[in-house]
Amino acid sequence: MPPTARADRPDSPSVPAGSDLSTLASLRRLLPTVRPALPRLVAGLVAALGASLAALAIPRVLQVLVEGPLAAGAAAGDPAALLWPTLAVLALGLLEAGLILLRRTLVMYPGTRVEAALRTTLFRHLLQLPASFHDRWAGGQLLSRSMTDLGLLRRWLVFGLLQLVVSTITVVVGIAVLVATAGWLGLVYLVGAVPVVVIAYRFSRRYRVIARTSQDQSGDLANTVEESVHGIRVLKAFGRGGDALESFTGQAEQLRRTEIRKAGNQATVTTALHLIPEATLAVCLVLGVWSAAEGQLTVGALAAFFLTAAVINGPVVDLGMTLSMTLNARTAVDRFFEVVETANPLTDPAEPRELGTVRGEVTLRDVTFRHEADEPPVLDGVDLDLPAGTTTALVGLTGSGKSTLAMLLPRLHDVTTGSVRLDGVDVRDLRRHDLRRAVAVAFEEPTLFSTTVRENVLLGVDDSLPAPERERLLHSSLDVARAGFVHDLPQGVDTRIGEEGLSLSGGQRQRLALARAIAARPRVLVLDDPLSALDVTTEEAVTRGLREVLAGTTSLVIAHRPSTVALADRVAVLSDGRISAVGTHRELLARDPHYRYVVASLEEDWVAHEHETDLTQEAR
Amino acid sequence: MTAATGRLRPTDARADDATDLDRGTSRAVRRRSLHLLGQLLRPRAGALAGAGALVVISTLAQVSGPLLVQAAIDTALPALREGDPTRLVVVGGIYVLAAVLGGLCAGAYVRAAARVAQSVLLELRRRVFRHTQRLSLEFHESYTSGRVISRQTSDLEALRELFDGGLTGVVSSLMLMVFTAGALFYVDWRSGLVLLVALVPAWLLTRWFQRRSQQSYREQRTASARLIVKFVETMTGMRAVQAFRREATDDAEYGRLGEQYRDANLRIFGVNGRYQPGLVLIGNLTVAAALAYGGWRVVEGTLDVGALVAVLLYVKRFFQPIQQLGMFYNALQSAVAALEKVSGLLAEEPTVVEPSDPTPLPSPRGEIRLQDVTFGYGDGPVVLPRLDLTIPAGQTVALVGSTGAGKSTLAKLVTRFYDASAGRVLLDGVDVRDVSGTDLRRAVVMVTQEAYLFSGSVRENIALGRPDATDAEVEAAARAVGVHEFVTSLPEGYDTDVNKRGGRVSSGQRQLLSFARAFLADPAVLVLDEATSSLDIPGERLVQRGLQTLLADRTAIIIAHRLSTVDIADRVLVLEHGRVLEDGAPADLVAAGGRYAAMQAAWRDSVA
Ligand SMILES: Nc1ncnc2c1ncn2[C@@H]1O[C@H](COP(=O)(O)OP(=O)(O)OP(=O)(O)O)[C@@H](O)[C@H]1O
Ligand SMILES: Nc1ncnc2c1ncn2[C@@H]1O[C@H](COP(=O)(O)OP(=O)(O)OP(=O)(O)O)[C@@H](O)[C@H]1O
Ligand SMILES: [Mg+2]
Ligand SMILES: [Mg+2]
Repeated sequence: MPPTARADRPDSPSVPAGSDLSTLASLRRLLPTVRPALPRLVAGLVAALGASLAALAIPRVLQVLVEGPLAAGAAAGDPAALLWPTLAVLALGLLEAGLILLRRTLVMYPGTRVEAALRTTLFRHLLQLPASFHDRWAGGQLLSRSMTDLGLLRRWLVFGLLQLVVSTITVVVGIAVLVATAGWLGLVYLVGAVPVVVIAYRFSRRYRVIARTSQDQSGDLANTVEESVHGIRVLKAFGRGGDALESFTGQAEQLRRTEIRKAGNQATVTTALHLIPEATLAVCLVLGVWSAAEGQLTVGALAAFFLTAAVINGPVVDLGMTLSMTLNARTAVDRFFEVVETANPLTDPAEPRELGTVRGEVTLRDVTFRHEADEPPVLDGVDLDLPAGTTTALVGLTGSGKSTLAMLLPRLHDVTTGSVRLDGVDVRDLRRHDLRRAVAVAFEEPTLFSTTVRENVLLGVDDSLPAPERERLLHSSLDVARAGFVHDLPQGVDTRIGEEGLSLSGGQRQRLALARAIAARPRVLVLDDPLSALDVTTEEAVTRGLREVLAGTTSLVIAHRPSTVALADRVAVLSDGRISAVGTHRELLARDPHYRYVVASLEEDWVAHEHETDLTQEAR
Repeated sequence: MTAATGRLRPTDARADDATDLDRGTSRAVRRRSLHLLGQLLRPRAGALAGAGALVVISTLAQVSGPLLVQAAIDTALPALREGDPTRLVVVGGIYVLAAVLGGLCAGAYVRAAARVAQSVLLELRRRVFRHTQRLSLEFHESYTSGRVISRQTSDLEALRELFDGGLTGVVSSLMLMVFTAGALFYVDWRSGLVLLVALVPAWLLTRWFQRRSQQSYREQRTASARLIVKFVETMTGMRAVQAFRREATDDAEYGRLGEQYRDANLRIFGVNGRYQPGLVLIGNLTVAAALAYGGWRVVEGTLDVGALVAVLLYVKRFFQPIQQLGMFYNALQSAVAALEKVSGLLAEEPTVVEPSDPTPLPSPRGEIRLQDVTFGYGDGPVVLPRLDLTIPAGQTVALVGSTGAGKSTLAKLVTRFYDASAGRVLLDGVDVRDVSGTDLRRAVVMVTQEAYLFSGSVRENIALGRPDATDAEVEAAARAVGVHEFVTSLPEGYDTDVNKRGGRVSSGQRQLLSFARAFLADPAVLVLDEATSSLDIPGERLVQRGLQTLLADRTAIIIAHRLSTVDIADRVLVLEHGRVLEDGAPADLVAAGGRYAAMQAAWRDSVA
């Protein structure tokens, strides 16, 4: 069965961030974003209250008008008596519709604006967070935060919040009126409100947990969908579509159960919110009629009591819906802040050093690197100099940490201890933007985007550059990478290349990634196994082209094979987390047994060093 | 020369994003969407009716409240004054019963509605998932994963809202309206006619709303899909985004898409924000009209004042639930627009079709034959022109040639990722198009050029090759490719999570794990597409040894640029521009001094 996404996110503590806050405190975190929209929201609230009042008033006014002036006028046979009541009702009707229009118009801007602002904030923060964060966070979880959660929040801002306030005000005012006008009968009704509040409170606590589970599970589901599409080639190659469906169904079924559980809770509170107020009214009815019979209460007062109570019961029932909407929004806010409040460990310095013209001398001093604090270091005391303008090959066994080391140069990872310096300046003292302008990488996996060849290659080229210059860069870098094939594509360099460039052949993708790194015209070029997908002939051609580019550029070329090593002036050998030897290819072949073992292809060398395999693998 | 025309082509993203549909298309799309909705709801008609009944009962219980109050004041109170409390007790008792019944039914409805909604969602999710898995790669290349995700997430969300929000209201609202209208006609049928007249502008307004909101909801769906696509792609390529300093540009682009989505939402709010008060306005105008008309008749003396009060209250009450109906209609519009997209995805035909009457392949030997095969991707240039090739069962064939020559393409035809534009691909003499997917995958397995790991444990990833494999078998496969030691060195061994896309392990380790899958799958035909390109040389040798035993009794196609990998092959095919240039045993080809000999020499040079 294909593996499925995990429900737990390693970055988040066992208790999700913000879950210890009260709902109010949690939602208050939105205040800075919501503040500009606040006047409109408040105005919308007033309009909403006005509209509810108008809606309540109309039947009363009708009754009074008809039974009063209109009846009197009619008795007098005066048709003019019709005019005023009709106009009054008309005016009230227009007012109600107008207020509804006003409310909707007022709240739609804040709602959508806040949503859009938060969405951009999230995206912007994600763009800043380093690779270590993205490695661990499932894409679906991030996506569901950005779309589903913020959508929930929008709906709450536009409907839920106002309704919550209007309902609460109606209920509170209504009960106050009851108590004020009907005395102890009102108090009886108030007593009925006590269990409602208790139940609503307990419901909130339980519902919050389930809402959180449900939102997490739907994030996981999104993630499974994403992986099932990204990994579709593997699933197809092994015919595992059925198994993928099965495990997806399992997850979807889990989500379904959570949702049903959620609905179960909702049902309980709905029952309570219907039942308790109505049952209280039944009690009030019996008591009221009894006391009316005793002469303590007039019939008119009794009727008025029930008219008011009927007005309250509607909003009480609505409170159930609005409450769960609010809790969903709160969970959404928690999930949102969980990411947005994740501190970025890899930031620009407060006082960045300026680079000026970059010579391109790179030094690694006593560098250690761990992915996780509790794991053995991948790099453990690396010292390496890349003199300006030279090309160094980095050689080592699979998993020895070559790519990890390479990622330290453009600061996609930060060293755990030690330092990486560019022209003698610690890369952590530079703006990332400046550093990455000076250092370009061709990753071992091409990492292309589903846009045109042109945009892919010019990814690292400043948009401000004049068009002819960009064009020149495009063609010259494609030329160096021997990527002439792009001209045979249906629309040449303007052909879109499919998601992740997967409508190209493996070697074609790799050459585009290479061209992209070259086009950025960096002072320091990092090439991670750049020729692995090329055939010998193409490899030779690319090597020739690359040599010209590399001349004068400081380069680090990760290599598994002598043919790639041949690009370099000198070779550094990485083993056991440190640089064990540096020298030219010939020198190292002659004196370094480990190097021979790593790059030598000839059977004899291999046999001669076979015993080392065991040693190395034990060490690994 | 272009590929054969008239082939089925998958819809691309652009067509999927279209919102400006002409009348015919718009109708067809809508019909497709409603059809899907019907399909989903029909089997659940019973449950829906049950839920409806619950709403009706709880509404009746609620409505009975004022009537009971009335009864208590009108009859129980005088009786009590007479000293007879039974009526009061009875009315009070009925009221309590109604409260309990109403409450329980309201709660039960919430449960029932959720059950229906969730089962519809589950079925739809499954359908979409299964369908996307069935669809061919050609489709996925242009549709992109982001779109599939948006179909599965935000589009389904719209459907869910229909159940959550609208459905509750619609039954009780309609019921109330019908009852009220009935009562009105009973009291004064002339005023009832006023109500009927009012339905005309209400209908016109609804038509207007339908047209406008349909368009806006389509735009909203498209905008949301675009936003998701951008999000997913940026997250996937985050390393490149950061390394090439695209943060600002991507931020701006995402902001722009976000604005588009916001605009679409605003338009919807705008349309809806006029529709709802419009309905209220029509209702209130009708009340005023009924007042004027009724008042006139009161003055004329043809209607008495008491009846007029009743008439006006009924007219007002008739329009009270109309906002709820409007909200339901709005939710329906949203759901239908979303289902337009979902049904569009479901209507997509796989270009690689499962046979309706498959030829069974119980024990495949693994003989592969390509007869006159021509292939080009989509409408693009021909990649493989008229290829004829036979690979006897048990042979290990190495496929070499420059990049872009068509090696992977050939492999993808044999594994039926794509179908040949012309000619046939035969497995044991049976056209692969006549073999069921299950049989074919059991017989032919490919390690793709892209080593993709799923998030999840190492074990799960290897076991993808054969889900029912025991732990020992998984370990044996890992040992065979020489990755076992590495795995045991991980903090949790085989249970270590490899992270998103296998980010936890190095690229060479990723390839080894992918390779282990194939070892485990144990098929009759194994296709290895550059399966060791990122390995170090010692690792590659280890794999080589493992392969020698593995491939002894099966057909294998090995694609490799590293000619060292080719050593174990019985036969070498040199492919250039989709044509087989040379074909023979490696030693013979070297001796013949052709293309392969040159490659071999260059390779020897390069490794020295
Ligand atoms: N996110 C991570 N968390 C923990 N360990 C990791 C992580 N990423 C990589 N590693 C481990 O760090 C080691 C070095 O990985 P790296 O990718 O640098 O190797 P490499 O030398 O580039 O190998 P290859 O030649 O296969 O590309 C590997 O053993 C890998 O399992
Ligand atoms: N999905 C696709 N859609 C359109 N064109 C494609 C697709 N896949 C490959 N091509 C094109 O078909 C040709 C052959 O590609 P193929 O992947 O078969 O090459 P290859 O021989 O495997 O090369 P490599 O050694 O680089 O992997 C290339 O020109 C490539 O651009
Ligand atoms: Mg690497
Ligand atoms: Mg290929």
